[in-house]
Amino acid sequence: MAIEVRIPTILRTYTDGRKAVEGSGATLDELFKDLETRHAGIRERLVDESGELRRFVNVYLNDEDVRFLAGITTELGDGDSVTILPAVAGGMA
Amino acid sequence: MLTITQALYDRIVAHARADHPDEACGVVAGPAGSDRPERFVPMLNAARSPTFYEFDSTDLLKLYREMDDRDEEPVVIYHSHTATEAYPSRTDVSYAGEPGAHYVLVSTADGDGAGPFQFRSFRIVEGEITEEDVTVVEAY
Repeated sequence: MAIEVRIPTILRTYTDGRKAVEGSGATLDELFKDLETRHAGIRERLVDESGELRRFVNVYLNDEDVRFLAGITTELGDGDSVTILPAVAGGMA
Repeated sequence: MLTITQALYDRIVAHARADHPDEACGVVAGPAGSDRPERFVPMLNAARSPTFYEFDSTDLLKLYREMDDRDEEPVVIYHSHTATEAYPSRTDVSYAGEPGAHYVLVSTADGDGAGPFQFRSFRIVEGEITEEDVTVVEAY
């Protein structure tokens, strides 16, 4: 199952500078574990110790933020596109 | 160093002032690799808060797709602090995900017609803050 994954600038150190890579998996969790086998270190930037998506990244399945789907357990299908972006946030607090 | 036009500088300050007491945020996009801010893109603060800002996630995807299509980068990422100085907070640093961007902070803390607005620019790379000079020009 081929899924296109779009990589933000800050994580391209794990993909030899590539903007998009391919991966596979029936869920987002499986996809990130698959990416880790070829791009060591990338998973830790996306998922915290408890296995949930980090607050600092936004992950989209096609056009939908996966937080509004099933988060890390969101199911994926062949031909889907996953986009990872750093959240743009901050503030005085 | 950040080099920016007076017109863009004024628009950032005007946005920060308009949204006060909430934090204002946005991007100035520019051609990839140019380090030249050109296209002013004010964003909605989805948090609508005086102490926090966050780009709405749908707007964020739309913005990055648009920049990708136009071969642009977020040259400047700006936001305001409404009660404190224009210096990156711990929260700002933990979220800073664009090592190539100039993080511009505007303080509206004394925004009741008192002194000038603080407008400062920083690089935030791997948790480290480096302040840089801001040069305001009439045109590039």
